[in-house]
Amino acid sequence: MPKLTIDGIEVEADAGMTIMQAADMVGIEIPRFCYHERLSIAGNCRMCLVEVKPGPPKPAAACALPISEGMQVWTQSDLAKKARKGVMEFLLINHPLDCPICDQGGECDLQDQAMAFGSDRSRYIEHKRAVPEKYLGPLVKTSMNRCIHCTRCVRFITEVAGIPELGMIGRGEDSEITSYVEKALTSELSGNIVDLCPVGALTSAPYAFHARPWELRKVQSIDALDAVGSAIRVDVRGNAVMRVLPRLNEDVNEEWLADKSRHAIDGLRYQRLDRPYVRENGTLRPASWEEALRAVAGRLLATDADKVAAIAGDMADAEAMVLLKDLMGVIGSPHLDCRQDGAALDPTDRAGYLFNPTIPGIEDADALLIVGSDPRWEAPILNARIRKRYLMGKFPIGVLGPRTDLTYKVQDLGNDPKTLETLAGGKHDFAKVLEAAQRPLILVGMGALARPDGAAVMGWVRRIAERVGAISEDWNGLGVLHTAAARVGGLDLGFVPGEGGRDTNAILEGAEKGDIQVVYLLGADEIDTALLGEAFVIYQGHHGDAGANRADVILPGAAYTEKDASYVNTEGRLQRTWLGVHPPGEAREDWRIIRALSGAMGKPLSQNTLEAVRARLAEVSPTFAPDNEGAVVPAPATTGFARFSGRLEATPFATPIKNYYMTDPISRASRTMAECTAVYINAAGTGDSKRTGTDG
Amino acid sequence: MLLSDKDRIFTNLYGVHDWTLKGALSRGDWDGTKAILAQGHDWIIDQVKASGLRGRGGAGFSTGLKWSFMPKTVGERPHYLVVNADEGEPGTCKDRDMMRNDPHKLLEGCLIAGFAMRAHAAYIYIRGEFYREAERLEAAIAQAEEAGLLGDNACGSGWPFRVYVHRGAGAYICGEETALIQSLEGKKGQPRLKPPFPAGVGLYGCPTTVNNVESIAVVPAILRRGASWFAGIGRENNTGTKVFCISGHVNTPCNVEEAMSIPLRTLIEKHAGGVRGGWDNLMAVIPGGASVPLIPKHVCDDVLMDFDALKEVKSGLGTAAVMVMDKSTDVVKAIARLSAFYMHESCGQCTPCREGAGWMSRVMNRMVRGDAEIEEIDILEEVTRQIEGHTICALGDAAAWPIQGLIRHFRPELERRIQARKGVAPTPAAAE
Repeated sequence: MPKLTIDGIEVEADAGMTIMQAADMVGIEIPRFCYHERLSIAGNCRMCLVEVKPGPPKPAAACALPISEGMQVWTQSDLAKKARKGVMEFLLINHPLDCPICDQGGECDLQDQAMAFGSDRSRYIEHKRAVPEKYLGPLVKTSMNRCIHCTRCVRFITEVAGIPELGMIGRGEDSEITSYVEKALTSELSGNIVDLCPVGALTSAPYAFHARPWELRKVQSIDALDAVGSAIRVDVRGNAVMRVLPRLNEDVNEEWLADKSRHAIDGLRYQRLDRPYVRENGTLRPASWEEALRAVAGRLLATDADKVAAIAGDMADAEAMVLLKDLMGVIGSPHLDCRQDGAALDPTDRAGYLFNPTIPGIEDADALLIVGSDPRWEAPILNARIRKRYLMGKFPIGVLGPRTDLTYKVQDLGNDPKTLETLAGGKHDFAKVLEAAQRPLILVGMGALARPDGAAVMGWVRRIAERVGAISEDWNGLGVLHTAAARVGGLDLGFVPGEGGRDTNAILEGAEKGDIQVVYLLGADEIDTALLGEAFVIYQGHHGDAGANRADVILPGAAYTEKDASYVNTEGRLQRTWLGVHPPGEAREDWRIIRALSGAMGKPLSQNTLEAVRARLAEVSPTFAPDNEGAVVPAPATTGFARFSGRLEATPFATPIKNYYMTDPISRASRTMAECTAVYINAAGTGDSKRTGTDG
Repeated sequence: MLLSDKDRIFTNLYGVHDWTLKGALSRGDWDGTKAILAQGHDWIIDQVKASGLRGRGGAGFSTGLKWSFMPKTVGERPHYLVVNADEGEPGTCKDRDMMRNDPHKLLEGCLIAGFAMRAHAAYIYIRGEFYREAERLEAAIAQAEEAGLLGDNACGSGWPFRVYVHRGAGAYICGEETALIQSLEGKKGQPRLKPPFPAGVGLYGCPTTVNNVESIAVVPAILRRGASWFAGIGRENNTGTKVFCISGHVNTPCNVEEAMSIPLRTLIEKHAGGVRGGWDNLMAVIPGGASVPLIPKHVCDDVLMDFDALKEVKSGLGTAAVMVMDKSTDVVKAIARLSAFYMHESCGQCTPCREGAGWMSRVMNRMVRGDAEIEEIDILEEVTRQIEGHTICALGDAAAWPIQGLIRHFRPELERRIQARKGVAPTPAAAE
């Protein structure tokens, strides 16, 4: 390990590290714009110039120069200071002085560093450069006059997002960052370039001119729009969520966030259920809580326990689910299910429904088979991790499923489920690739499991996994990729049919026939409500979506930004959201509603506080032990697949997501997501959305 | 101490003889190449080192030393020789004549240099505008391959070697070695960060050496006639012959091969017919292509044309493109034109050059008219210092130096214009 001195401080760092990294290690801050630790080194902003000996008598870029033994570095010498001041002056000569109307104001690297290293006046008296705005889609707003050509956005889109749609054209001071053809960026991660942009050239379009950073209250939370559980920061002003930004979590999302998770939040303001409703003469009318709860309690008490069922939706939190489960127990009904898509997941075998390799574990894998999944839409962040692994090299990827343009090169294995049999037989050439791998990973999506032959698919997948050695002492390469934030939590706490109970499909079948007379929907909107027949439907949730539309009584709940709630992500990682804003109107946190309902029924549950509910959770499943927060709770690998049977059907796998931008009640209510749908989904393949970038 | 005809390397520089293989053979090219190769890789490198040959593309780095940076054994990645024929430096036109009239000198040089650095392929990256020259090179390669001089068994040495010609698309920056490599790979021509140097990670990530056409073309002659012969010409550390391109206010502009370290005045008077209107009519000379600072007449009187002598007078030999300006020249406008060139050719990658080149050019345009304040001369000088040495490649330096030279030697002229404008035309006037 080479030893060097930085500003007289002796540093010992790994060979191959740059001066910048070594300085960061000992807390010496070197200013930077283009350098970003997750992107390739560009060395073009020149802000990080430092004095280095030995070397030529000129400053060197700290971000790009590898350290060597005996090197002496000065970050505060006259030479270094003068170089930085010069670079800062150059950056500012063509940068507009429009901070008061710039959305980056207050959180701008250029502002901050100009304060620290710049001059208080300009010596440049020529005209400033004017650069035409670019059209990058409905999420990223441009103001290219402000661009300092650091190329972070270009490198992110090319390297991390894997969509080479941005670049720098032109030369010298005429060079411009552009998408070449004024086409919307087709990446599901495009919002991240707004975070990366060190100036206000790229800002968030939906958030434009809405708030200033110093007005916002920042709440740490967890995203619930997919099953990844990205760490987020909810920025709140008053009682409104103004924006959502990613938070650093190396184990899950690093520092990225998918576009839907970031931009669907305006949906939290529209279509909200802000008071209880009761259906009367075929129409819903506003009602008081007392009236609504009485109506529900009365109906539940008057109905045979065997004719009552409950289905939990994709964003239901664990607290609400455990209380509803307990309430169903009190009623005496075994008919409950949290798998509203009917996925063939065995709740008794935890390792059979988790993404066992874990997200950081993807980087340890050395071969990947994707079965019936489109990770690019189902979990863009996880897909970015796969791409990261792919870029490290020697990572063969085979796809048996609906989509192959996953931002990395894959071997297309077609989309015939029967290929699983060939793979399990070892005849297939990709089976040999998996066998040769030390740590093969098999990713199974809901597109493969949420179908009539899902159990058979799972059986074959497990045969393959065992055959190729994907499950061993120190590696479990079987990864189930969920699409719903609530699913693993629901399975862990046992929100599944009890003894003789009906699963989702059987509940719906029963409701259609009249065998099930009361259905309790806990935020379940993805079922076919037409099948509910004559049943009395109670909908508890936060948006007026499919479930509320069919409901006989609506109990208004809270969205994920409005409650302290527990979610378990697809890896089996227990994470918690924090209340950022209060639920609108008379809406309440979901567990409280169920607790109140039990009281109205005269059969009160014993949990009166959040702590008590969480204690109950921990009692029901060890996953929810308080110490587990943030950590993956691993499941011991299981073998044996005899219980999976049935024949594979010939129907090709299809992803459960038809439109990435609208998958749940929140994103369906979001205007931003509607705009994305218009641009990316409806206009896809027809060229563009007729926008030229000059029409505002 | 003029170069005698027997010591000339480029004996068909003017194209009066046959350029084809037949003509080249009659001038002694491709003579005993096999024997040279038989001496081994390291012997060749040692000879080139001993000859004192310094790179002819402008920077003047020891060619032999550069070659020795290549790995001594070929690993997984092949080695490449890349010839920089993207001759874009304003005032320079030597490589063009060499390729047009003596292409076989370059090809033989490619084989020997490529063999020395254990490469099996050479890429000649030729300036796009040199269309005919590219045609000639292609033809010469075909002739050499047909004669077995290049190909699977080049010159019977058992060493497979091929030469490919790639035409550039017209960017000055692609003459910078790493930008050239980028361009050759099909990417946008922008310099790469160094380290890693091309000898470690170059073309397609493989060990690569980039040399100027002239540096490569003189190698066969050095090896045939001996390192000491080459080292005996010129001064110590500035050895050999050099093709000078003399242009501007001289009576007979020309390319001429001369001994290194020839006095500038002798060079101009013997070969270019002297300065227009006589030596006393001389105002200044840019001695090494647009990138180097100009030198005024009193320096020109006795300066020697080599790397070290010109460095002493705060200029440089560069590509040895001598641009002569007599007293009729608007020297400020001349330098302003160069600034406009660098502004146009800056690749835009790194901040000081991207932003600074435009700034300098705009100030220079005002300086031409005197539309400035006296203090701005100092600001301009400071801006050049803020660019120099702060950029990824040398284009920033090249943009800064001509202005530094102008301010160093012609500051009174700049001040005179500013004062004249203030006195004669106090109100701001429209641009010329």
